[in-house]
Amino acid sequence: MAGYIVRRTLGMGLLLFLLSLTVFFLFSLMPADPARLTCGKACSPAVIEANRHHLELDIPPIEQYQRFVGGIFFGRTFSQDSPRPIECEAPCLGYSFLRNQEVLTMIARAAPVTFWLAIGGFATWMVVGLTFGIVAALKRGRWQDRTVMGIALVGYSLPSFFIGLVLYFFVILFLHLLPNPQWKSGMPFKELGGFFQTMLLPWITIATLNAAFYMRLTRNQVLEVFGEDYIRTARAKGLRERTVVIKHALRAGLTPIVTAAGLDLAYLLGGAIITENIFNLPGLGSLAIGSVLASDLPLISGITLVAASLIIFANLVVDLLYAVVDPRVRVG
Amino acid sequence: MIDVEEREGRARSSPERPFLSIENLSVSFNTEDGVVQAIDGVTLTLERGKTLAVVGESGSGKSVTAQAIMGLVKSMGGHVSGEIWLDGQELNGLESDEVQALRGSEMAMIFQDPMSSLHPFYRIGDQIVEAILAHRKIGKAAARKETLEMLKHVGIPAAERRIDAYPHQLSGGMRQRVMIGMALINSPQLLIADEPTTALDVTVQAQILELISTLKEEFGTTVILITHDLGIVADVADDVAVMYGGRLVEVGSTSVIYDGPEMPYTLGLLSSIPRMDRELPKRLDPIRGNPPSPINLPPGCVFQPRCNYSDRVRDGACLSVRPELLPTAPDHLVRCHLPAEERRQISEDVRRILAGASQ
Repeated sequence: MAGYIVRRTLGMGLLLFLLSLTVFFLFSLMPADPARLTCGKACSPAVIEANRHHLELDIPPIEQYQRFVGGIFFGRTFSQDSPRPIECEAPCLGYSFLRNQEVLTMIARAAPVTFWLAIGGFATWMVVGLTFGIVAALKRGRWQDRTVMGIALVGYSLPSFFIGLVLYFFVILFLHLLPNPQWKSGMPFKELGGFFQTMLLPWITIATLNAAFYMRLTRNQVLEVFGEDYIRTARAKGLRERTVVIKHALRAGLTPIVTAAGLDLAYLLGGAIITENIFNLPGLGSLAIGSVLASDLPLISGITLVAASLIIFANLVVDLLYAVVDPRVRVG
Repeated sequence: MIDVEEREGRARSSPERPFLSIENLSVSFNTEDGVVQAIDGVTLTLERGKTLAVVGESGSGKSVTAQAIMGLVKSMGGHVSGEIWLDGQELNGLESDEVQALRGSEMAMIFQDPMSSLHPFYRIGDQIVEAILAHRKIGKAAARKETLEMLKHVGIPAAERRIDAYPHQLSGGMRQRVMIGMALINSPQLLIADEPTTALDVTVQAQILELISTLKEEFGTTVILITHDLGIVADVADDVAVMYGGRLVEVGSTSVIYDGPEMPYTLGLLSSIPRMDRELPKRLDPIRGNPPSPINLPPGCVFQPRCNYSDRVRDGACLSVRPELLPTAPDHLVRCHLPAEERRQISEDVRRILAGASQ
């Protein structure tokens, strides 16, 4: 097991390296010239060239990448030969000259918003999805099953921008049941009530699609396990039906769902672009959209790198978790 | 001894029932394609301590019969009618929790595929302990000790270590031994073995059958052995019931079924046992075709489409009239329209061909 973890961690490091390489060079190939974007229309070529030098875009891409990676581990200084050099301490993900801020600072400010949004949405959809899915499986073919599957179909068919806008319009603008969502730094520890008022609708918006998906997944998975021979064995032993369902069927049926859900959570932690925009939440999704619209390359690469790292890391965690709960997967 | 009565001649007045008595047992499932009559009017009895072999092809209803006795059919959505008397108690009319209390204690079952019949997430020892604790109020430590004894008993080497193994760490034969140990852990009166050797290597098959026989003697268990392989029946069973298309087609003591089978289907089964001690007969007579679909059974004899002799019956009765399961000799029942004389003649001819091949 220890060897497996070491191997997987090394593999993760390699993957992250390739990822950073890809992200960096992909963006350096973009047609937009970052130096040209630093000043407005009436910009003289001399100023552009000077800025290009400040941005360190006049050195070969390989060297740019070296400085980029070096910055992550050791920090770096931008605009070294200008009167006001910019210190960026390790881990330095870059510096946005458009916003005059370190990329990491902006990500760190946006991350808690996305984190709470994702965690709450995740918890909501897992509870709703698994519960309804299990009920549907246990009452297969009866009205409970058909109702749940109907709900799942509707939930699955509604895009999140539609659900979000409908909720926003009716609950906030029309019925005034909730105040306009407003994220304040320090939430949720300060202003717990305001936190829930702000996050409730975004959670529902995010949870709807996934809950529908997990209802169907859970139902099918549990039904499949009910057809397994070892469930028949459990019944043949004379176990109570409750024990058969919970200890034997659900343990086997839900394990792959719960572990794999970690990947969906990681994906969400990279930013929920639509939901954050509808409810005006300053999370990673909003930050990403803003950076793309402004062609803020350092910020784009920074966010991409962070989001992708989350996925890679979650993948490792999910695999390890699975090895813990399913003895067949254990290695070494 | 087997003692079978037809559906009509019911209402036995004697209070002394045989140990196991199945009366007019039928099981049907509602499917999207229609009602599937998995078994129809199965009636048979089994004395305490005997072994009954139920033989038939896939889909003949033998497994469903076993699962109906165990009360497992209802949880699969099947409808069960008829009576199942086990040791003086009627099972089909019981509440589900009452049957559940008997399952695993009074009656136990071993399944066909030991690879998938054990829960992959739990240690084998814990799975057996669970079977003990489901029926008896003893401590966990005592249950574990008993489990260890049983694992040794069913021939698991290094049982002290294997008790904490997961199923995937054991071979197929070992897993089937675990299944047998789990089935016998509460000393059941009735043990149903549903094709216990089908999924195993030939060498392991013999070991498992021997183990079942030995334990049966030791525990005094009554055994129903379900198999499609008549070859393994002779050494193990006292009685044989042959099933086809959800019905019993021939029932008798093992010697009767081996020495004088009269139903053409049984003859076909006997002809298709591969045997190393004799040459291939010149004219091999396999049972052609496939078992009938339980949704769409032939209107007459269910075996008629595959029967070589149905044209010998006058008026084409095989095509239109369901034959009854009738006694042809003491302890021998046959479901066939052919006259008894002719059946015996055919049986003799077939067996002469089979025997002739060995000379």
